[in-house]
Amino acid sequence: MTPAATAVLLAAQAQTHTHVQVQAQAPAQGFLSPTGVEIAFLLVGVVTFGAAVVTVTTRQLVHAALWLVVALGGLAVEYLLLTAEFIAWVQVLIYVGSVVVLLLFGLMLTKAPIGRSPDADSGNRRAALAVAVASAAALVWVVVDAFRTTWIDLDGAVAGAEGARGSTQVTGEALFRNWVLPFEALSVLLLAALVGAIVLSRRTSPGSDRPTPASDRRPPSQEGAR
Amino acid sequence: MNDALDVALRLLVVFVAFLALPLIVGQTEHKVMAHMQGRLGPMHAGGFHGWAQLVADGVKFAQKEDVVPAGADRRIFQLAPAVALLPYLLVLLAIPVGPGEGAVGQAVDAGVFFVLAVMGVGVLGSLMAGWASANKFSLLGGLRTAAQLLAYELPMLLAAASVAMAAGTVSLPGIVDAFQWWWLPWQIVGALVFFVAGLAELQRPPFDMPVADSEIIFGAYTEYTGLRFALFLLAEYAGIVVLCGLTTVLFLGGWHGPWGADGLGWVWTLLKTAVLAFVVIWLRVTYPRLREDQLQKFSWTLLVPLALAQIALTGVVKVVIQ
Repeated sequence: MTPAATAVLLAAQAQTHTHVQVQAQAPAQGFLSPTGVEIAFLLVGVVTFGAAVVTVTTRQLVHAALWLVVALGGLAVEYLLLTAEFIAWVQVLIYVGSVVVLLLFGLMLTKAPIGRSPDADSGNRRAALAVAVASAAALVWVVVDAFRTTWIDLDGAVAGAEGARGSTQVTGEALFRNWVLPFEALSVLLLAALVGAIVLSRRTSPGSDRPTPASDRRPPSQEGAR
Repeated sequence: MNDALDVALRLLVVFVAFLALPLIVGQTEHKVMAHMQGRLGPMHAGGFHGWAQLVADGVKFAQKEDVVPAGADRRIFQLAPAVALLPYLLVLLAIPVGPGEGAVGQAVDAGVFFVLAVMGVGVLGSLMAGWASANKFSLLGGLRTAAQLLAYELPMLLAAASVAMAAGTVSLPGIVDAFQWWWLPWQIVGALVFFVAGLAELQRPPFDMPVADSEIIFGAYTEYTGLRFALFLLAEYAGIVVLCGLTTVLFLGGWHGPWGADGLGWVWTLLKTAVLAFVVIWLRVTYPRLREDQLQKFSWTLLVPLALAQIALTGVVKVVIQ
């Protein structure tokens, strides 16, 4: 699940539960006397944002991928500070451990040069910027509108489960009790993507009358192994 | 006890274990390999059966010049060994050696995911080294590392998920607490898949295609000298300790043993870890290196289906016994 989707989900969940929380919330907390966790949250947020900006502005391709590691790792730390331990580790496992490795694999296959890549700029910059700003605005608006000034006590135990509000047990119960249908729909979507990827990679090239066997389509790096 | 002192003491103990255990495994490897090949191994350094050989190696590494190739990406080249080594230190922090709060560096709520996630980060060090060295052999090594990680992370995660299902928790101490002896035959397939996939993730023989010294001259580490190279080697041995410790905790029941009084559970954990480390060394001496395509095929057509079958079996048994 992308961070954006997570945020929307959380916001939607918050909207349905807000009236419950308002009754159960702790005494009013000020925004002008931040705790250590809040300060850390802001600082990590600044670092994450900075790393994300460098990711899209640097002209060195592999550096961009490595700054992406910093940005995604910072996001994981933010989840941790929100006591959502499980989400944080899954974030590291999927994004840092697999997605970035896949990115680096692709960059190495195409022999990303050391130093600047003058042709790294795309003509779509303006369109990309517009899309990014629009989606960021939508996300911020949804989250702000959902939570307003609601104060959620993260450490407080949830009824029927031990541990903090973001612990594995609470996350699992929310996911498999209230959100089973979206969860299953997502898994069908992923399955469709998987089948699509297999079909694309086995596509017959025009001219040959049979599908290319997978064993002849190894990446160049593996040719030397034989 | 004072909180700060408690934390400092735990960190210190984990750090000492992090420095000592890989060296012990390394020295054992010297001797075990030598005896399996009908020779003596290091005999002179330190006097008694060459016990100080690794200390001497360390001094040698420290004396060597630290070379960065002219064409390399300097900063990433220098950062890579730290990225490869530090994750294993973090993982060691979460592995429980005995029952109770006192025998784990830091109890993590979602321990299984924590250790697997952080172990995966270590591979980024090899990728950074492979790309930043500006050397075609290093690049090939980096590519093979990435391909291998992508292939073997999945079966490892699935096997760990099976044991988490069996225990009904994702916390490492919780999993060992729930362990019963009959889990051993129940989870044996998952244990084998986990161990083999872990070996591949550490790039140990017979899965050492990414470093294959006789083909691509140690892959991503070709350009490294001195201490930075030693850090990569240390990462490999720390990886062995972490993998064997994790297999012990997840599948072999950690501190549970057929006999032994309370309070001696940590001996069982260390014993099982040591036996597994011996197996890792044994495999290195006895098995030839897999070819790259065999390696990919082994994971996707054998380990992944086996891990899925194990998960199905775990689910069925779990429902039946409830």
